Amino acid sequence: MSDRGIPGALDETALLARLRAGEEGAFETMVRAFGGRLLAAARRLLGNEEDARDAVQEAFLSAFRALGRFEGEARLSTWLHRIVLNASLMRLRTRRRRPEVSIDELLPRFLEDGHAADAAQEWKLPLDAVARRETRDLVRRSIDRLPDSYRSVLLLRDVEELDTDETARLLGLSVSAVKTRLHRARQALRALLDAHLRGSA
Amino acid sequence: MSRSHLTCHELIDFLRDYLDGELEAEERARFERHLGLCPPCVRYLETYQETVRLGREAFGGSEGGVPEEVPDELVRAVLDARSRRS
Repeated sequence: MSDRGIPGALDETALLARLRAGEEGAFETMVRAFGGRLLAAARRLLGNEEDARDAVQEAFLSAFRALGRFEGEARLSTWLHRIVLNASLMRLRTRRRRPEVSIDELLPRFLEDGHAADAAQEWKLPLDAVARRETRDLVRRSIDRLPDSYRSVLLLRDVEELDTDETARLLGLSVSAVKTRLHRARQALRALLDAHLRGSA
Repeated sequence: MSRSHLTCHELIDFLRDYLDGELEAEERARFERHLGLCPPCVRYLETYQETVRLGREAFGGSEGGVPEEVPDELVRAVLDARSRRS
């Protein structure tokens, strides 16, 4: 399970009790305690500060409205994390689509006998701090180039660390569609990175 | 997947299932036989796993592990929106 959104010292049970009692200041405590982590998750999915902030605002308001339905079987932080992911995905669906690369162009090609058309080479990953930061930037830019429907699955599974069932539920997809898209998204990301990382250091 | 030899194409198609432990024992054995004979597929598998790791790290807290701050103007916007709606 993901650890994202869990601030160290906060007593979630006590905060939840204060929220349910309608205690003055409890809502603000929740926003301050979890807002930063939620904003980071929204930024990852939306890639745009204004949209990310709007998604966080929506998430807190819908969490507040749904407090009565929060059973306490999950952690408050986990529950809020799911709500902000959902709010971000809704926003992603409604906003104007950007031009994107076709996933098929990034998938491996094979010869008729089933051999790979392009034999995979080793990657040499840089060890020094500056070059590693460049690699991080490269990875983020490359993820951003993936078509939305693949990028969302990759981010939810590999970055937000949701399981397949939860990812399927949030995206309204079947479990097998999530598995297929995750595999294609990783293969496409691998191809984008391969151009930069193969054989060089 | 009933023939005895797996092609590179089949191996790469089933890579995620293999890594997630979703292959039956017999399929898994054929998968591993292919890997034992095919260095390019081993390199594909390694770089695929590296891709997953790099993706995770690209957004992770490894930049010092400091929790993200919530901007004050966002806190105010949330509180204002809530008081407008309640």
